Amino acid sequence: MINIIWAILIIIGIIYGAISGNIASINNEIFTSGKTALNMILEIVPVLVVWMGLMKIAEDSNLLTKISKIISKPLRFLFPSIPKGHKSLGLIASNIAINMLGLGSAATPFGLKAMESLQELNEKKDTATDAMITFLVINTSGVTLIPTTIISLRILHHSQNPYIIIPSAILATTFATISGLIFDYCYRRRKK
Amino acid sequence: MKLISIITLPIIVLFIIIYGSIKKVDIYDSFVKGAKEGLVTSFNIFPYMISMVFAINIFTKSNFLNFIFKPIEPILNNINLSSSIFPLIFLRPISGNGSLVILNNILAINPDNLTSLLASTIQGSTDTTIYILTLYFGSVGIKKIRHALKAGLFADLMGAIFAFFIVYILFS
Repeated sequence: MINIIWAILIIIGIIYGAISGNIASINNEIFTSGKTALNMILEIVPVLVVWMGLMKIAEDSNLLTKISKIISKPLRFLFPSIPKGHKSLGLIASNIAINMLGLGSAATPFGLKAMESLQELNEKKDTATDAMITFLVINTSGVTLIPTTIISLRILHHSQNPYIIIPSAILATTFATISGLIFDYCYRRRKK
Repeated sequence: MKLISIITLPIIVLFIIIYGSIKKVDIYDSFVKGAKEGLVTSFNIFPYMISMVFAINIFTKSNFLNFIFKPIEPILNNINLSSSIFPLIFLRPISGNGSLVILNNILAINPDNLTSLLASTIQGSTDTTIYILTLYFGSVGIKKIRHALKAGLFADLMGAIFAFFIVYILFS
């Protein structure tokens, strides 16, 4: 699937760029994209390094296991394949909680740690597990209670009421997450 | 609301440090060990990021999306919407920066009209699905992602459709 999307994006981009006379900017893009990616990584690395450090402390002091125990009950039924008391559930819970507060970049390290510990439970190392997919469905549909970036953009453009979109955004994101989880559930049931 | 988002992080940091000290963990050693893991993870992600940015930027720079959505512009104008909403829906799961640029352009015209409210809601209804899948699966070296992409994109689409209804009910 990802192969096809990747190919389609490039093929359409180059061919349409040529037809519409945009080929010069495409030509530029071929090598500057590496630089763009590097800039994105440079933005992530400092956050990642600091948070991974803090999380190691949380892990070594058994804080994560504690959090896991508290939040695992409501999350349990979504992740039946994770053994009881396994630390990945605590990491998933932390990731979701921080995402909800609109601190996306601070949530990423928890998410990556969660993936790492889900990978420990994985028998086929190159294939995604059920738990990983469920986790990423929740993550990609982005349950955010305070969409900080959008609000700051609205303030920037002098909106009369920059916060007015919070309720509609919460409703839409909740609906998106539930749809994704239902899709995931049905897909798994059908394949079995 | 603003205060909550400013104060949460410092409190979490403070709590982790104090908790670690009470439990007599070598907090400094633990931090350094974790930071090292962070560097390794970043290193693993990099090639995946380059491949995605490469394809996405070639695609967006070609202006193909504008070409596709031009014909339906009159229909949208009838319901007080601008056609710039469709490139936003399309780009939202692919590129966080790309969709933010479109949202920014929409808000620049008038941040309080129906199109802006809808665009803000759609932007907030989901996260950058393809970026997250690339990042998270890439960090642990998973290549067969099964139905993760389909489920993620399905959620995005449903979020966008629902955003249409909710914005019409609440604001028009």
